[in-house]
Amino acid sequence: MAEINNRKISDLISEFPFLTSFFSDNGFEISGKEELTLSEYLAQFDEDEIEDKAIDIDNVAFQINEFIKQMIAFLGKEDDVVQTVTILPGYDKSGVAEDFEKLVIEQGQIICIVGPTGSGKSRLLGDIEWVAQGDTPTGRSVLINGEIPDKKWRFSSADKLVAQLSQNMNFVMDLSVYEFVELHAESRMVQNRDQVIEKIINKANSLAGEVFTPDTPITSLSGGQSRALMIADTAILSKSPIILIDEIENAGIDRKKALSLLLSEDKIVLMATHDPVLALMGDRRIVIKNGGIYKVIDTTDEERKILSTLEKMDRTLLAYRTKLRQGEIITKIDNT
Amino acid sequence: MNLVTISGPPSSGKTSVILKTIVSLKKQGLKVAVAKFDCLYTDDDVLYKKAGIPVRKGLSGALCPDHYFVSNVEEITNWALKNEFDILISESAGLCNRCSPYIKGIKAVCVIDNLSGINTPKKIGPMLKTADIVVITKGDIVSQAEREVFASRVNTVNPSAIIMHINGLTGQGSFELSTLLYEEALNIDSLKGMELRFPMPAALCSYCLGETRIGESYQMGNVRKMKVED
Ligand SMILES: Nc1ncnc2c1ncn2[C@@H]1O[C@H](COP(=O)(O)OP(=O)(O)OP(=O)(O)O)[C@@H](O)[C@H]1O
Ligand SMILES: Nc1nc2c(ncn2[C@@H]2O[C@H](COP(=O)(O)OP(=O)(O)O)[C@@H](O)[C@H]2O)c(=O)[nH]1
Ligand SMILES: [Mg+2]
Ligand SMILES: [Mg+2]
Ligand SMILES: [Zn+2]
Ligand SMILES: [Zn+2]
Repeated sequence: MAEINNRKISDLISEFPFLTSFFSDNGFEISGKEELTLSEYLAQFDEDEIEDKAIDIDNVAFQINEFIKQMIAFLGKEDDVVQTVTILPGYDKSGVAEDFEKLVIEQGQIICIVGPTGSGKSRLLGDIEWVAQGDTPTGRSVLINGEIPDKKWRFSSADKLVAQLSQNMNFVMDLSVYEFVELHAESRMVQNRDQVIEKIINKANSLAGEVFTPDTPITSLSGGQSRALMIADTAILSKSPIILIDEIENAGIDRKKALSLLLSEDKIVLMATHDPVLALMGDRRIVIKNGGIYKVIDTTDEERKILSTLEKMDRTLLAYRTKLRQGEIITKIDNT
Repeated sequence: MNLVTISGPPSSGKTSVILKTIVSLKKQGLKVAVAKFDCLYTDDDVLYKKAGIPVRKGLSGALCPDHYFVSNVEEITNWALKNEFDILISESAGLCNRCSPYIKGIKAVCVIDNLSGINTPKKIGPMLKTADIVVITKGDIVSQAEREVFASRVNTVNPSAIIMHINGLTGQGSFELSTLLYEEALNIDSLKGMELRFPMPAALCSYCLGETRIGESYQMGNVRKMKVED
């Protein structure tokens, strides 16, 4: 830390360019002061300024050090490859041990989670997100790549095991699609930003029916377009190896394509759903009862055949919805 | 007993998070009480009582609630010690974005919400920058991208904090927070000799003391004038 204090600001920034955002977000004006060492820079604040700007002088070097450490770790590492997530059994709400030896979920799989309200679906997702080590109400443990996971999965803000596609599709920012994705790319320190942004917008447009442009304000996207943008953005920009989905509404978006986009980015998809079309798209489904994993069912070949019939019915329903929307009068059931 | 100070802008979700977290603390066999500090009005105490949680409240009225907090925290701590609680949680609304109620050696949690805008982390002073744990709420109503951008901004202004996401409505994440609050090593039997983490501004002008009249001759004490260019 002493070392940082004695280095010139210009030096620090040329070695660690990301410190620019540290200085600006913390309200440190450094232009024209680059030739000072950090401690000289901090020493020039008088008492009034320290009070006005609420500067914690003693803490600055410590926080910079911490920030540098995190950023180096973040930039330097290969993306973590999470090939498998293993769930080891715990207990249901009555304290009865769960009846399975271990449950291994692999990269590229879609796992559905079903069960009545209050049965413990969110708790299971919570156990995975917190990489439980027998220290949650269920007593379950979670392994990553077969091993007891690194603590960073719990505490680092840059390495989250799980990204979540919200049910709710409001954007609160007032930005264009391009600016929005750019902001996300910036926070993820993405290198070839323009290409990545273009890719995300193209993918999103292939999921949604109606096309939007990069300069469309995000707040004026339709429900389907927002959902598509969010899925494409999460698939491509979010580093989290696991994606949680709480239902994907069946409107304005090609759900099958959306799932295959997520899988093509090597994600594990966990989906809580009651929609039979989605549930059968999964490779397996976990049935939760009274807080415990009650059954794990592999989707059968017969179910897959039934799925295509269900999908057809789904499309039929959707077609009628579209007709209604367009003000048509429905006269007969079209069974083609 | 552990004292835990929880602070954050109004309506950021402090009460919701505390209520959900206490459910898990109780399941761990801990006896929890709450001290609620606010400025003009609060009915949080009713919510705590309804949940069966012993609570004391203080309204600072004309004072900055954080100043009021420091002046009263010792008494409230003694109350909790006398009643043999295991944890006393203080909830205070950070109103001036400048003061913070955090004390050295006492766990400090800041609660802010995803809806407050991505530039908010820059604007909040020591209340955010010197917290040990930052809880971000209302993730359910924004996108994954917005959550990630917001969390990374928080991380930039307070790299050493643990950042947690909690849904104040469903309580998702509150069990996890509950495991980080109580530490044997942080037990106290008084606040004597303890210090604030960060000094509060010495803003004591005549208006702080109730002056209402406008004009130079009424302005006394610590008065600063802005430069207004012609
Ligand atoms: N095995 C368990 N042991 C003890 N408590 C449990 C267990 N599983 C779940 N719980 C608790 O039961 C409650 C309800 O669980 P949860 O919120 O996960 O249900 P859910 O299936 O997500 O419900 P919904 O469909 O309403 O979202 C929670 O408080 C959770 O912590
Ligand atoms: N959607 C959503 N609403 C929340 C969340 N947390 C709190 N709220 C709501 O936000 C409002 C303010 O919460 P409250 O706990 O009273 O905030 P406080 O003033 O900081 O104590 C209440 O209406 C809560 O129900 C959350 O995670 N998601
Ligand atoms: Mg749930
Ligand atoms: Mg409150
Ligand atoms: Zn104040
Ligand atoms: Zn004043």
